[in-house]
Amino acid sequence: MKYQQEFRDAGLAHSIVQEIRRTVTRSWVLMEICGGQTHAIMRYGLDQLLPEEIELVHGPGCPVCVTSLELVDKALEIASQPGVIFTSYGDMLRVPGSGRDLFSVRAAGGDIRVVYSPLDAIQIARENPDKQIVFFAIGFETTAPANAMSVLQAKSLGLSNYSVLVSHVRVPPAMQAILSSPYNRVQGFLAAGHVCAVMGYWEYPPLSEQFKAPIVVTGFEPVDILQGILVTVRQLEQGKFEVDNAYPRIVSYEGNLPAQAVINRVFTTCDRKWRGIGLIPASGWCLRSEFSHFDAESRFAVSQIQPEESPICIAGQILQGMKKPGQCPAFGSLCTPESPLGATMVSSEGACAAYYRYSSQAAGLMTQE
Amino acid sequence: MCLGIPGKIIEIYDANGLMMGKVDFGGVTREACLAYVPEAIIGDYTLIHVGFALSIISEQEARETLELIQQIADLNSEIGPESTVFEQV
Repeated sequence: MKYQQEFRDAGLAHSIVQEIRRTVTRSWVLMEICGGQTHAIMRYGLDQLLPEEIELVHGPGCPVCVTSLELVDKALEIASQPGVIFTSYGDMLRVPGSGRDLFSVRAAGGDIRVVYSPLDAIQIARENPDKQIVFFAIGFETTAPANAMSVLQAKSLGLSNYSVLVSHVRVPPAMQAILSSPYNRVQGFLAAGHVCAVMGYWEYPPLSEQFKAPIVVTGFEPVDILQGILVTVRQLEQGKFEVDNAYPRIVSYEGNLPAQAVINRVFTTCDRKWRGIGLIPASGWCLRSEFSHFDAESRFAVSQIQPEESPICIAGQILQGMKKPGQCPAFGSLCTPESPLGATMVSSEGACAAYYRYSSQAAGLMTQE
Repeated sequence: MCLGIPGKIIEIYDANGLMMGKVDFGGVTREACLAYVPEAIIGDYTLIHVGFALSIISEQEARETLELIQQIADLNSEIGPESTVFEQV
C-alpha cells in the first residue's frame, strides 16, 4: 500500500536508529501518547532497537481504556433496556464494567451491534424507527469529527430515535496533567499524529514552553516513530523544548479546520473523569445544550450506579507512564485479553494488550510486513 | 480507533447532503465520508478514521521526509556500519 510500505522500510529504520545512537549522550524518558503507537512499537520491536539510554513510557491515548467505569456501567444499563439497539465501536464490547461487559449483556438478549462508523448507527436508526438507537460516542479528537457529524445528520434527517452516550476526551489536558504530576518522569513527548491531523498542533507551544519539554508530532509506521524519537532526542540533547512536526505528510499546524468547526458546533469543553486516572479539568467534550435532546444520559433513566473497579489492576498507573504492564502481578496470569481485569488488556490500543500480544517476539520483525 | 488507514479515493458523490466517496485500500473498497476534505479529488490518497477522511496525504511532504531520512542513510554508509548492526530477517 502506498504511503505504508515506504515507511516500513527496514533499511531506513536502521539508519535512523544509528543516528539516534550517534546523537544520544545520556538517559532520556520519552512518552508516546497514542496507544496505536504503543502497539506499533511493540509489534515491530522498536523499543529493542533503541539504545538503552532511551526509555519509552506509554501514554493514556487509548480511548477504550480511559472511558470511565461509570460510563461503561451506564452503557451496560442502557443496552439492557428493551426497545434499545446499542451501537458501539467493537473494542468497547469486552471492556469490563462493574462485574460484566457488553458481550454478556448481548448474551442475555440485549441488541448490541458493532459499527465501523457512527454513520452506520444513523443508518440503523433510519431502518428501525420503532427502536431507540444509542451510539457509544467514545474517543479522542480522532473520532470526535465522525461522532459530531452523526449528531448533525440525525438532526438534519429528523431522527428522534437516535442518541449518543458521550465520553469524549482530549489529549492536551492529559499531557498537562502528566507533566504536572509530582511523579512525572516524561521529558519529551511523541504527540499523537492522527489527533494532530484533526486538531493541528497550535495547542502545544504553551505546554512545551511551560514544562520545558519537546513535543514532536509523530506518525504510526516504524520509520515515522523512529523519526519522531530522533527529532525529540536531538532537541533534548541540545537543551531545546520546541514543538516540531515529524509527520508533515498528514499533519499541518492548523489541522483540519472543517472538522474543528463541526466539533465546536456540536460539543463544548467539560470536565471528564478518566478511568484509572481520575478527573482532569476541561479534558472532555460533551454535547452543547442545543443538542441535549440527543444525549442518551438524559434520554434514559439510569439507576444509581456504584462502580466497582478490580482491586488488583494497575491500569491507572500504566496509563500515566508510572508503571509498565510487566510490573502488574496479574499480568498474563489473572489478567489476559480473554479475561481482562482492566481496559488496558482489552483494547487494540491498550499497553497491556500490546505487551501480551507482542512480548514474545524478537526485534527485527519490520521486514516481514 | 486512532489508527487511520491510507486509501485512494476512486469515486466522489453526495448522499443525504454529505460529500461521500469510495476509497480503495489496496484492493478492498469501502465507503467513506469526505465532508472534512472538501478539496479532495479522485486519485487523492487520504487517511480514513471510523469511516471519515480526515486528511489528504501530501505526496510532496512524504517525499521530502523520505529524502531527509535517505540523507541519514547515505551518511551512515559513508561512516560505515557501527558496532551494533541489527539482523534483518
